[in-house]
Amino acid sequence: MNNLFILSVVLFFTLLTLGCQQTIPKEALALSPTSLEDRQIQTRLYDTNDEEMILSACAGVLQDLGFSIDESETKLGFLFGTKDRDATDAVQVTAAVVLALLGGSSMAIDKNQKLKIAIVVSPNSSGNKIRVRATFQRIVWNTNNQVTKAETMSDPEIYQEFFSKLSKSVFLEGQKI
Amino acid sequence: MKIIITNKFKALAIAIITISVLSGCQTNPNKQLLATDKSQVQLRSIQTRAFDTSDKAMVLRAVISTLQDLGFVLDNADLVLGSVSGTKFGKHEYIAYQLKMTVTVRKRGKKQVLVRANAQYNIQEVNDPKPYQDFFTSLEKSLFLTANNVD
Repeated sequence: MNNLFILSVVLFFTLLTLGCQQTIPKEALALSPTSLEDRQIQTRLYDTNDEEMILSACAGVLQDLGFSIDESETKLGFLFGTKDRDATDAVQVTAAVVLALLGGSSMAIDKNQKLKIAIVVSPNSSGNKIRVRATFQRIVWNTNNQVTKAETMSDPEIYQEFFSKLSKSVFLEGQKI
Repeated sequence: MKIIITNKFKALAIAIITISVLSGCQTNPNKQLLATDKSQVQLRSIQTRAFDTSDKAMVLRAVISTLQDLGFVLDNADLVLGSVSGTKFGKHEYIAYQLKMTVTVRKRGKKQVLVRANAQYNIQEVNDPKPYQDFFTSLEKSLFLTANNVD
């Protein structure tokens, strides 16, 4: 039994150190089959040629959503914002409580998350419309301060809701509200 | 009891040897700051392409849209410096990875711009030519221009 434990420890470390030999997946920088679809989900066109107005409406919607603007380059139509929020998940809390009641050790649960958004505004090829593309990512930490998730948020509903808020912001900017 | 302890020590010794052998690819961590696997010239030739245009902003915007198509979320951009950086949280065979990229665009003479891409996979530098080729292939499509090798 002891030997088995030691063997598993050895194997674990072997795999861990072998980890340094892992290399970049071959297709990491190649276009994926879903890239066109993703682009459509993440992009909306606005009937104007006023790039600056759209960009400032984007900044407005970031503030509406509680993001702070960390980076921007207006000449490239680029905005980057982040916000830190709670990430407690009721299902995980229940599981942790059940485990504790069963006499198990305390289980780490998701605690907080950093949400990142990048917005890129650019004129379309004929120059009569402005294209807005937004992308979201989040990083989740648990109660042990370990990263449990680092992912791109790809749910189309998030993007629909975001763009409906952006449309409202474009309208409000237009009305100078 | 004694035998078990000896066995434990044996196993520990084996573990230490295995670790030190396998971690051979780990150089002295204090030297990581300036460490690279390839020479500066080699790296540049892998990571750089020239495009026949003088419009730096246009190329930068194409770089931005290429990075977005590849699943990156941009972290920062600067027209004067001509740099764009982004992070991608990807998955390969159910294992999550983080890929960071910085791309710089600068003028070369009056008729060309040089685009240099630079990637970091998890905690490693990327100096395999293939991913860079893929990146420049995607960039060519979005620019409608050919990526020329730089001598």
